[in-house]
Amino acid sequence: MALPGSSVHPYMPNSEPRTKQEMLDALGVSSVDELFEQIPADHRIEGDLDLPEALVSEVDLRRHLLQTLAKNETCEDVLSFLGGGCWQHHVPAICDEIAGRSEFLTNIWGTASSDHGRNQALFEFCSQIGELVNMDCVGLPVYSWGCASGHAIRMAARITGRREVLIPSSLDPERLSVIRTYCEPVETRNHIDVMMVDYDSDSGLIDLEDLADKLSPGVAAVYFENPSYLGLIEAQGAEIVQLARECGAEVIVGVDPISLGLLAAPVDYGADIAVGTIQPLGLHMNCGGGMGGFIATRDEERYARAYPTLLLSLCDTVEDGERAFAMTLLEQSSYDAREEANDWTGHTVHLWAIASAAYMALMGPEGFAELGSLIIRRSHYAARRIAELDGVRIAFPGGFFKEFVVNVDGTGKTVAHVNRGLRRHGIFGGHDLSKDFPALGQSALYCVTEVHTKDDVDRLVDALSEVTAP
Amino acid sequence: MTMQPGLRKYHSAVWDEPIVMEMGRPGRRGVVFGEPEQEVSSLVGSADELVPASMLRSERAQLPELSEHEVLRHYLHLSQEPLGMIGISLFGTCTMKYNPRVNELIATRPEITEIHPYQDEDSLQGILEILHGCDLMLRELSGMDQFSFQAGGGAHSAYANACLTRAYHAARGELGQRDQVVVTIQTHPCGPATAAAAGFEVVTLMLEENGYPSVEALKAAVSERTAALVVNNPDDMGIYNPQIKEWIDIVHDAGGLCFYDHANFNGVMGKIRARELGFDACMYMLHKSFGAPKGGLGPAVGAYGCTAELARFLPGPIVDFDGERYLLDSDRPDSMGKVREFWGNVPQVVKAYSWLRAMGAEGIHEARDLSVLANNYMEQRILSIPGVTRSNPENTHWRMEMTRYSLETLQQDTGVTAHDVQNRMVDFGIDAPWLSHEPWLVPEPITPEAGETWSKEELDYWVAVLEEVSREAYTNPEIVKTAPHNQAVHQLDDGHLEDPERWAMTWRAYTKKHAQVRSEEPVKIAD
Repeated sequence: MALPGSSVHPYMPNSEPRTKQEMLDALGVSSVDELFEQIPADHRIEGDLDLPEALVSEVDLRRHLLQTLAKNETCEDVLSFLGGGCWQHHVPAICDEIAGRSEFLTNIWGTASSDHGRNQALFEFCSQIGELVNMDCVGLPVYSWGCASGHAIRMAARITGRREVLIPSSLDPERLSVIRTYCEPVETRNHIDVMMVDYDSDSGLIDLEDLADKLSPGVAAVYFENPSYLGLIEAQGAEIVQLARECGAEVIVGVDPISLGLLAAPVDYGADIAVGTIQPLGLHMNCGGGMGGFIATRDEERYARAYPTLLLSLCDTVEDGERAFAMTLLEQSSYDAREEANDWTGHTVHLWAIASAAYMALMGPEGFAELGSLIIRRSHYAARRIAELDGVRIAFPGGFFKEFVVNVDGTGKTVAHVNRGLRRHGIFGGHDLSKDFPALGQSALYCVTEVHTKDDVDRLVDALSEVTAP
Repeated sequence: MTMQPGLRKYHSAVWDEPIVMEMGRPGRRGVVFGEPEQEVSSLVGSADELVPASMLRSERAQLPELSEHEVLRHYLHLSQEPLGMIGISLFGTCTMKYNPRVNELIATRPEITEIHPYQDEDSLQGILEILHGCDLMLRELSGMDQFSFQAGGGAHSAYANACLTRAYHAARGELGQRDQVVVTIQTHPCGPATAAAAGFEVVTLMLEENGYPSVEALKAAVSERTAALVVNNPDDMGIYNPQIKEWIDIVHDAGGLCFYDHANFNGVMGKIRARELGFDACMYMLHKSFGAPKGGLGPAVGAYGCTAELARFLPGPIVDFDGERYLLDSDRPDSMGKVREFWGNVPQVVKAYSWLRAMGAEGIHEARDLSVLANNYMEQRILSIPGVTRSNPENTHWRMEMTRYSLETLQQDTGVTAHDVQNRMVDFGIDAPWLSHEPWLVPEPITPEAGETWSKEELDYWVAVLEEVSREAYTNPEIVKTAPHNQAVHQLDDGHLEDPERWAMTWRAYTKKHAQVRSEEPVKIAD
């Protein structure tokens, strides 16, 4: 016998009326309403909820979602050169298969035994990141590169007791905004002063003189990235580290780990803390929803005890020779220490980290070396071909990795105009930098990865030639 | 009439799986990319020439070398070892809910995976429509005027709230003065932690009779220094604070903002609205209450909603609709700034949108009713188990969607602790129930949450397992104390986790500290 107003929903087994009635009978109540006695009458919603009609049938729901999403154009339909912190790299099918496994997808937090496989996968994520950055201590992931940078700067402030951070002015404005948030406004008690260091207008690299001028015993950390937001390989790593050392400042380097088969790891030029994104490591762009970040340091207490993240350690079980994984230093996390914690932690991107672990295992040392070598050559090919066009210039033609700045001032056209023209050719042009970096004029940041073939680049060059023609 | 179900024979998969760093053979490849085209190489030369010499990597990363199939099977083996929702997981406070697989399949489509946030708005109309649609439904549920999806989890949303609180008071010139955030000891730990990380001092109210702090205690705590109140309601003992409207008035009168951590939304959704209670802002976990998966701690979304008055402080971009097309409002001069890059975990928002569309108003009401019904149904049976009592016994009302129990009696009678019970329950295919956040206000706590996902038979099974573990504790406590016996690995020997000489967060650290365990060094690849 159906209860009035009830209907059986496929997500809710107990919506079947007899089941519900049995539970009510067991409690000796006639209506569920009686169970809400704690909520005073004047707290309750009056009237009905105004929500769209339910699509209880998966047939209807799926059709609705697909029809709506069909209004998107994708980087599979359109040839895209967009990057700037979210990049189109190849995602091996196995990464999706593993991240889609119900067991990894739906779990939350069991015991060290009942989470064993998940914990091992996360340990393998940390271990493989550790190999890429040559560092022994790696935390469980954080939300994004910018969040990793923000936490790392706060770690450096805790470690040194200082309250200034130096950051290159070429930094991604998105990431800079996140870092400023983490560094707190001037009115609050743990404010960290964010000071911008100029970049050299010819090379795009950090201006060492300006860095030296701004370094002082008040500086907790120097933060820079490799490659930089503008795509450049910051070749002065060792010099920057030396200058920072002289002032007792920590050095934090943000990296795109996809470059680390080719480029030196930050610790090899002296960095104390390495942070970065994991999006290129087997995660789709997801409209910027495929972000994830990591924090790595030397395995010293000075650093380990400053982490805000969860930390997972290999350990023993009571069974001889058996290994397991357990959280360590939990007492410094927000779960244990509340407001006394190192910042905070919570849900971050553990499932993405497992996909990244699978990615790194697929890649191996040769995969990273080969990919780095492929990307840098394709991107330089693209830059050189583009530079052949009249009025088009590569702003910093020296050492870049996968992204480069294309300036169209010489064509008399704006990036917006050029990109509109490219759209008509089925191309998303580079990200427009003219608003965030007015000093660069009409410039765009182009990204070339392993997904772009020579033919793709040639197609771009032909389209650009037409669009930028007088 | 409830039938006592028989207990299943269960054993976890045991793969004794090596760590991936120990696997493979030099020279194997899991993925290849090949060489660039001839024209590319001849134009630009070798990669090494394109990198400043000082910045070339000198040694190959010591990653494992495996074939594609080996990697697949390794991670499939690992995937079979977590128990989670493959068994029964009633992890309180986290609302273990079915994650509809249609959403997972949709989320693998290129219309979501292969779009870039810097694409022109006109090429992103589908995803913007869904984000806006999700925003509108959350507005209807909360009474708020605008949502942001940027925060990547509940704690991150609490952080966003603390940052918005800063921006609000800074705009009024009062941030220097308003340096305190008031919480209760039942506010989730991320509330005080994020307030502190945003630069506030934290004032914590303790619980009194009936399970919540008194109005007098709140009055004594608020002042011209109060920036905000951060509370959950109901809390995770299943207790609803009926004085919450009065609380909000007190904090508003003092000039502070009121933030509703709606982590425990499942038992009140469609029944109350945050805004109508007087809150200025609230937060929903799309990965808990709204059917998106948890992923073993993310990717997640802490959807943050606020009043029109506060909306100008939200992090950008905000999705807007002009009646014809959807657009991104990035020009937000009063914004508090970003808490992460881009818009948020977009696929998770799509899943929550889809879940809301599948439920509709009637489904929301039904899920709420079933979750409260199921909790009280379980409670009645659980309280008949020897050694188990209910938190705050003086509060005799029906609890909301979860109840906190204490195993103190069991522990005193048998020596078996709540941790032991967790370890033993997993032997029956039940993943460990949540105990309690720190600090434990109830000795030996245990907090299951039934929700609307699990069938009555599954709930009965869960109770039967707890009953069996209690029986074992009173008759053969050793079997409980030495549990688990049917899992992928045994109980931890975790005495050394705090020892810097022993802890190992990576394989490279482990091999340095425990050199004797490694039979041979991995072969290093020559350049």
